[in-house]
Amino acid sequence: MLAAVENKSASVEAKPVLRVEGLKAYYQMNYFGVRREVRAVDDVSLTIKRNEIYGIAGESSSGKSSLIKTIAGAITPPLRVVEGSVKFDFGGKELDVYAQRPAMKAARWKHLSYVMQGSMNVLNPVRKVKHAFHDFAFKHMGLSEGEFRARVESHLQRIGLDPRVLESYPHQLSGGMRQRLTIGLATVCEPEFIIADEPTTALDVLVQQDVLALIKGVQQRMGSSIIFVTHDMTVHAAIADRIGIVYAGRLVEEGPTLDVFQRPQHPYTAHLIASLPRIGDTRKRVALGGKPPNLADPPSGCRFHPRCPLAVDKCKSENPALLPRNSGRVACWRAGEVEAA
Amino acid sequence: MTALLELQDVNKDYRVGGFLDRSTLHAVKHVSFTLDAEKPEIFTVVGESGSGKTTTARMILGNEVPTSGTLRFMGKDIAQIRTRQERLEFMARVQPIFQNPFEAFNPLTTLDYYLFSTAKRFLGLKDKVAVDAATDKALQHVGLSLAEVRGRYSHELSGGQLQRIAVARALIPGPKLIVADEPVSMVDASLRMSIVNLFRELRDTLGVSIIYITHDLSTAYYISDRVIIMHKGDVVEAGRAEEVLGNPSHEYSRALRSAVLPPDPVVASAIIREKLRAV
Amino acid sequence: MFKILRDLLRYNIEFTIGFILTLAIFLFALAHFWAPMPDTAIYLLPPDMPPSAEYWFGTTSRGQDVLWQMSSAIWNTMLFGLSVTILSRLFAVAVGMISGYLGGKWDEFLMTINDTMIALPNIPILLLVYFVMRDQMSWPVLALTAALLGWNYDARLIRSVTLSLRNREFTRHAVFAGMSVPQILVRQHLPYVMPVIFFTAMNNLIWAIGLEVTLSVLGFSDINRPTIGGMIYWANQHQAIIAGIWWWIAFPIIAVVLLFLGLFLLAISVNEYIDPRSRLSRMGA
Repeated sequence: MLAAVENKSASVEAKPVLRVEGLKAYYQMNYFGVRREVRAVDDVSLTIKRNEIYGIAGESSSGKSSLIKTIAGAITPPLRVVEGSVKFDFGGKELDVYAQRPAMKAARWKHLSYVMQGSMNVLNPVRKVKHAFHDFAFKHMGLSEGEFRARVESHLQRIGLDPRVLESYPHQLSGGMRQRLTIGLATVCEPEFIIADEPTTALDVLVQQDVLALIKGVQQRMGSSIIFVTHDMTVHAAIADRIGIVYAGRLVEEGPTLDVFQRPQHPYTAHLIASLPRIGDTRKRVALGGKPPNLADPPSGCRFHPRCPLAVDKCKSENPALLPRNSGRVACWRAGEVEAA
Repeated sequence: MTALLELQDVNKDYRVGGFLDRSTLHAVKHVSFTLDAEKPEIFTVVGESGSGKTTTARMILGNEVPTSGTLRFMGKDIAQIRTRQERLEFMARVQPIFQNPFEAFNPLTTLDYYLFSTAKRFLGLKDKVAVDAATDKALQHVGLSLAEVRGRYSHELSGGQLQRIAVARALIPGPKLIVADEPVSMVDASLRMSIVNLFRELRDTLGVSIIYITHDLSTAYYISDRVIIMHKGDVVEAGRAEEVLGNPSHEYSRALRSAVLPPDPVVASAIIREKLRAV
Repeated sequence: MFKILRDLLRYNIEFTIGFILTLAIFLFALAHFWAPMPDTAIYLLPPDMPPSAEYWFGTTSRGQDVLWQMSSAIWNTMLFGLSVTILSRLFAVAVGMISGYLGGKWDEFLMTINDTMIALPNIPILLLVYFVMRDQMSWPVLALTAALLGWNYDARLIRSVTLSLRNREFTRHAVFAGMSVPQILVRQHLPYVMPVIFFTAMNNLIWAIGLEVTLSVLGFSDINRPTIGGMIYWANQHQAIIAGIWWWIAFPIIAVVLLFLGLFLLAISVNEYIDPRSRLSRMGA
């Protein structure tokens, strides 16, 4: 039913670049008779428009990393897609990540690229930076060696890097420069969709803003869409157009960034925002009680109910669906009362 | 005033590099500060990675020996602690909290093993009932009880709970000083404030001084009494938290202060747009 | 213990096969205690009889029953091999963990000994011991000598594991929780070292049995006491292969191969079971 609502609204606007429908991805493990199923992504539906930055917020082991791994089609057992679909739309051509693997492989890097958390995972420490560009991007661009080199150099210049970095080894560069490089690497083919996993977490505070500005700038120039994950709410505040809040494998709230921060509709979001410390404010912050849910044995009904100050009996038995409300969507039986509380 | 901890012109150098390009890294340069024994406080060391803040913490804990200068704890030079007995006496007064609560407890050992070991070694308790009582008392201070922790492994609890257990363990010997190196950087936002609030309570109710080491200016502002800002081994600014963090005067501290994004989409996105225009 | 065995048998096919093979060969070797004739006696039976209903695995040129010789030989060889393995594991664990954890002068001292031992050639040393000991040379002495030669590489391996564990935060935490060095090594580090011990034990066992066979074939051991190497020695002396007495050599070798296979399967499946990652998964981490 939910998908139907979305389809209708989607057909009115421009076609979304990514459509995730009823996605369930579980870790299924079996060790010496101990069978475990961890529901890391549990019935998530979302769409991402063109020219949009979508931030996914959530805490450790909420399933946010599993969600973007599943969207990227980069999952390995024991994580498996149990149900649902992930569909990209690249230039009017629909691509189902889990049904059209060969086409998906061809689209990688050209249409869909990644910015990884640790830059050293992408840059080989014993090879010069230029080889990384060659390995990742050359075959997708259909250019001669000379043209390719020229393109890479002008691209680097545009993101504020001296083209001479191509001749250096990763360890000769600073952390901020390396992260710039990985962003350069991910954007050199001008992809329509970029997936980023904690793009600023490993960085020093002083370069964080520059890297965020770089991501935003590249995105605006190319008109591409970005989905990124981070637990740092200030990063979402700085660059996301819309935010999705993940709790215990489920999307519990989604909406335009400003609205989520100023008028959170889910009690979990409300708490998350209220607990953020600010310089210049020493008023006592109250921490959330209870313990984060165990995804191998999640609470019944609404998964937030054991920690929720607004929980009623209904929350314990029935799982609220993610329904449109105000400018976004929210999954809470008492959504209307959160603002009042 | 009697000093609890006194650092006098502390320096630490490391030899780095191989045979051919050997050089000296000055990790900590001329650091001096004093904590008052009568007035417990939260003393914060702010710095980025490579600022020397962790090296300073390790020297205070006696895990590193300074190249020059002295660190005195209750009048005694920390570098002169030699015998196991002296070391145990020192550890009963100065306890650490580590960065990653999932790393700080061995995943294959039950959590209570750390608590019981601390109670037995530092309080000299032999009797099981007494050990349990001492452990439970410490856990009560952090809002937990032995019944919740006994026989559990680290993966069964959240990062916030583990960090509180780590604090409880540090409290068992009745320490005067707790050195917490990035204690909340790996803890989820919804649980982070419970740890930070706990530090305030320890200072106010138990009279424990806390050295809080962090790169996060927002929590530093929230709990600190005094702050020093370190940059490449130097202390660039020191003073009361509201002044140093609210209105920094040194060039580096100002840069650090303006690098903090506020959790407010209007202001934060404006900062990013400003940066974009500047490029 | 029983529950672990049951779990392993039920859910791990490698363990089940390994367990059955090893148990069968163990029972076969155990049977030599009830052998109808003493295993050192010769020319009690007609020599060179091929396998038949009466002599299942045939008889040797020395008038011995291959079946009962094998039973004793496997027992003796395994006793030697396991003694070497257990002793050398003890040396390796002690030296590796102490050296890795304490570091500094201890590490330098122990690793100097270790590296010196690695440089020494095994066979000449064993021959030297044999010539010095002469008549006092018994299998326990040989086992001890082999064990002293067989721990060095593994000590280095265990040292490197301990070295990385020493820098983990939980080790520092343990120190500040007042734990003593033995407590830290046994309670905190040993679970991570166990897989290395099991893994290297298998290699070491194969090496020890190989060494025993080599020395026996050369005749540098108590040749009257039946062992796998001893059987090959006598078969060689009587030119069994040229004479076509294949059963004298073939059956012992098949038995040893099966035994290795069984032990190998046991080692890898137990290793999977005690591996910290698999343990944590079973605990629900």
